[in-house]
Amino acid sequence: MSRITIDEVKHVANLARLAITEEEAEQFQHQLDAIISFAEELNELDTDHVEPTSHVLDMNNVLREDEATKGLPQEEVLKNAPDSQDGYIKVPSIMD
Amino acid sequence: MSLFDHKVSELHELLHKKEISATDLVDASYKRIAEVDDKVKAFLTLDEEHARQVAKEIDGKLGTDEQKGQLFGMPIGVKDNLVTKGLRTTCASQILDNFDPIYDATVVSKLKEAEAITIGKLNMDEFAMGSSNENSSYSATRNPWNIETVPGGSSGGSAAAVAAGEVLFSLGSDTGGSIRQPASFCGVVGLKPTYGRVSRFGLVAFASSLDQVGPITRTVEDNAYLLQAISGVDPMDSTSANVSVPNFAQGLTGDVKGLKIAVPKEYLGEGVQEDVKQSVLASLKVLEKLGATWEEVSLPHSKYALAAYYLLSSSEASANLARFDGVRYGYRTENPESLIDLYKKSRSEGFGDEVKRRIMLGTFALSSGYYDAYYKKAQKVRTLIKQDFENVFEKYDVIIGPTTPTPAFKIGEKTKDPLTMYANDILTIPVNLAGVPGISVPCGFSEGLPLGLQIIGKHFDESTVYRVAHAFEQATDFHKQKPEL
Repeated sequence: MSRITIDEVKHVANLARLAITEEEAEQFQHQLDAIISFAEELNELDTDHVEPTSHVLDMNNVLREDEATKGLPQEEVLKNAPDSQDGYIKVPSIMD
Repeated sequence: MSLFDHKVSELHELLHKKEISATDLVDASYKRIAEVDDKVKAFLTLDEEHARQVAKEIDGKLGTDEQKGQLFGMPIGVKDNLVTKGLRTTCASQILDNFDPIYDATVVSKLKEAEAITIGKLNMDEFAMGSSNENSSYSATRNPWNIETVPGGSSGGSAAAVAAGEVLFSLGSDTGGSIRQPASFCGVVGLKPTYGRVSRFGLVAFASSLDQVGPITRTVEDNAYLLQAISGVDPMDSTSANVSVPNFAQGLTGDVKGLKIAVPKEYLGEGVQEDVKQSVLASLKVLEKLGATWEEVSLPHSKYALAAYYLLSSSEASANLARFDGVRYGYRTENPESLIDLYKKSRSEGFGDEVKRRIMLGTFALSSGYYDAYYKKAQKVRTLIKQDFENVFEKYDVIIGPTTPTPAFKIGEKTKDPLTMYANDILTIPVNLAGVPGISVPCGFSEGLPLGLQIIGKHFDESTVYRVAHAFEQATDFHKQKPEL
């Protein structure tokens, strides 16, 4: 029994905004199952009283002066956009 | 003898005496690239016209009193996940094939300030995900010691270019071993600094809580010079640490008397090739002769590091790589049916297999219902791994072991099974999870392929790591051997 179903693979692909074929879905199912079952060895450890680490250094709330600085020029920002018009980045319409 | 057999300090002396010019150094670099890069495939993009112009400006300063940068005239290669203004930056991915950055990464600005000369951008595994450079969407970089083998990864281009004498030194990035493992495979010196030592601004993010930029060089001394030039707190990266930057090169005294070395039994255990173990034990004898002592210790949670790493790094990657959506920059699919279709097709057509696999794994680990079981569990295990290091560092100055379980493997040998490929990084990954600094220095050969000794230090104690690495290097001649190409 796989730890992850084909439907779950397709659901995850949708969340990740990846288009996958049936063939790829099957391949991901096998590979993710292998990696997840390997990851389950972490369950050997009792971590009930362990705090999670998201960041290794002892720092939080790094603040700075709220000073206005120069932004990037519009033409530079649009330089790499695949499609733009009148200073805006252009995408397919999202409303009919 | 190549100019790049000299150290920075020697080249600077030659420049000051006007025996060579910066233009000579740039010439030497492009000449060597023309000779060998067809075979090595270390470079993705060259910046020849600009490099020559910078060299000319630097040559104009020679013999004058004008202030000179700490790396002035030194030819450097830069990994292609560091953005360079006006110089194509691809992360070895088709999704960024045409990307022309509009600003410099902080480390790149610092190189310019130091007056190093950027020769070009170096090949890598796509988005730094891989251990062999076979995940580059352009071409797989080869190991200069044996072009049938991999150079390691993900900074494979950075290590191979230095080993092949194409540049004096280079910058790489290390998330789970991506500087140290290729340095080991290619017989050069590679350091992953303490997390926070070097700014990540302009490093295309893979796993933000693990990524660090670091130097790859022929010698420990040059490594210290290069780290000096790129270190320091940066207002553009709030995770860069506001700690003082010592003079790293000044600490290279050659003295390791009384140094206490810990050798984790887990680092010489199962899966580590016999001659790799023997070379580490022989290296420890060298350090003993110099007055250091060593004892076996345990980092008991080492075996869990790999699983915790893949969950955490893939989770962070799945969030970081959400920015590649075909809208603001990078590849966009032709004729999308809708906005969602544009996202999906642009990403599916633009990303390679390994990148998709990790995005899928990360998205799964962060998804509703699985977050606590996988992502949070891995974060807790990370705490245990970090504590393992803290416990050992209460009594010892450095931790020493091999950098990798085996020397470089053959191209194609590990591409079929992701888990086999991942296992290559078992000795480097815990260092990233703990955020401590680690270096790989050449310590032997196995059937003609280089081996690396890994020296791990306390948070922000790169100075001790360098001192030990340098003392070892001075007592051995592995770093003097060069591949024949």
